[in-house]
Amino acid sequence: MSGRRAIPGLALTLGTTLVYLTLIAFLPIAALLLKAASLGWADFVSIATTRRALSTYRVTILCAAYATLFNAAFGLLLAWILTRYQFWGRRVLDGLVDLPFALPTAVAGVALVTLFVPNGWLGQWLEPLGIKVAFALPGIVIAMAFTSLPFVVRSVQPVLMEMNRDVEDAGMLLGASDFQIFRRIILPQLLPALLSGCALAFGRSLGEFGAVIFIAGNIPLKTEIVSLLTIIRIEEFEYSSAAALAVVMLAAAFVMFFVTNALQIWYGKRAGAR
Amino acid sequence: MSDTAQAESVAAVADWRPNERTVWRRVMLLGGGGLAALFFGLPVAAIFYLAFQSGLEYYISKVVEPATLHAIFLTVLTALVVVPINIGFGICAAWAITKHDFPGRQVLGALIDLPLSFSPVVAGVAYLFLYGAQGLLGPFLIAHDIQIMFTVPAIFLVSLFVTSPFVARALIPAMQSEGNTDEEAAISLGATGLQTFLRVSLPNIKWALLYGAVLCNARVMGEFGAVSVVSGKVRGQTNTLSLQIELLFNDFNTAGAFAAASTLTLLALVTLAIKTIAETRQGRVGRDRG
Repeated sequence: MSGRRAIPGLALTLGTTLVYLTLIAFLPIAALLLKAASLGWADFVSIATTRRALSTYRVTILCAAYATLFNAAFGLLLAWILTRYQFWGRRVLDGLVDLPFALPTAVAGVALVTLFVPNGWLGQWLEPLGIKVAFALPGIVIAMAFTSLPFVVRSVQPVLMEMNRDVEDAGMLLGASDFQIFRRIILPQLLPALLSGCALAFGRSLGEFGAVIFIAGNIPLKTEIVSLLTIIRIEEFEYSSAAALAVVMLAAAFVMFFVTNALQIWYGKRAGAR
Repeated sequence: MSDTAQAESVAAVADWRPNERTVWRRVMLLGGGGLAALFFGLPVAAIFYLAFQSGLEYYISKVVEPATLHAIFLTVLTALVVVPINIGFGICAAWAITKHDFPGRQVLGALIDLPLSFSPVVAGVAYLFLYGAQGLLGPFLIAHDIQIMFTVPAIFLVSLFVTSPFVARALIPAMQSEGNTDEEAAISLGATGLQTFLRVSLPNIKWALLYGAVLCNARVMGEFGAVSVVSGKVRGQTNTLSLQIELLFNDFNTAGAFAAASTLTLLALVTLAIKTIAETRQGRVGRDRG
């Protein structure tokens, strides 16, 4: 007997996977698309671009962008101290990074709003400074940043861990400053992973619901996010409006899905080339 | 480079690398560690403080309130239904993708992750337009007098969708790093596919399977947005724990809301502990064999 034998079970496992995905994921998504398609293009556009809808896009995208910027910096810092330094509590901190994924979003939401209301643990210090967090845009940013932080840390961490430090040493021996070493040696190697982590975090922030609605205040045209308006439309039995908004969110999710996958392919190619 | 300059540089490396005794180290550790303590520690501390501030007895009385108790029951029931099904799906998907080569393998791998890209609200709305009265299957379901939306099965279905990727995502990298040689040996010695999986593959990936299942469970029990759309939020009937927290919080029942929240927070902390241990163990299996 010679050669490799095929491992059995392909037909069974692949078949189960495809049937399950079709029933559980593709079919509902198709139903949503059909519902939105039944509106017709003109109606879809007019429903999806009402003043209130446009304001929810602006609030959601703006807050997600700020949250992602914050996480790019904070996530990189956390990944850095977790991989480069030995310190007391490092393992605990490493485990806690995933807390926002493990903690239900509604729980995060009630906890964050309680901290930031004017008489809360943090709100009482921010209020005299004139900084309003709860029931304002900064609150939404904080909720989004909290729920999406692990994406950045977990994307950057493995790259930092595997990074060859000889080049950094060489740079230093040649007289490069710490900033130059970071800017010219470390950052270029990290960039694909950092961007893909940020894309994941941004995508998650666009769709975040539970953590945001408690702290946002949900004032129409001011602090209302897309996913909340979608739910409001359903509660008002405005189903075509809800379908249109959900399809806009679906489209945004697909864009982020392709961006993330493209970044990961780019990053995989670079890792392979090294 | 002069000798002195070189000696200085070498000394600088020696000073910098082994001990990392720079100002940077201190600044980053204090800044990052301090911010992380606030970021992760304060919300958890606030939950437990508010849950227990009126004493243990009051806390217990809040947890065993009939509506909250029913929400706990429904949440556990959902996990008992959803997690085993998604373990089965995760094993099938990982087996197909890692042990075989077929066209579109990578695309399938990406598609499995797709539910994680969607807002849970979109997932809920999509299910509404499939099973709801005005949805795709609505006329059929009404004709046969079957109600799915705003019932407990709707919560199961949407939870299946939202948490389907977790086990597969944990298993695929673990099974990839194990390679296929063991399985090929078992097959050539006459083992069946099922025997090969149970006796050869499973022992090597059991820790990855555990942390995938634990993460899946945490997400099922904590799911909010998707369940919020499809459950109808009937008190004492289709309210899961997350929905119950929202309801109590909006009723200004802070003690009740945080008592309920504390149970889910405890679950999250236990999940993290198991995940951390299982990840380390799985890594060790991989290293011992690699």
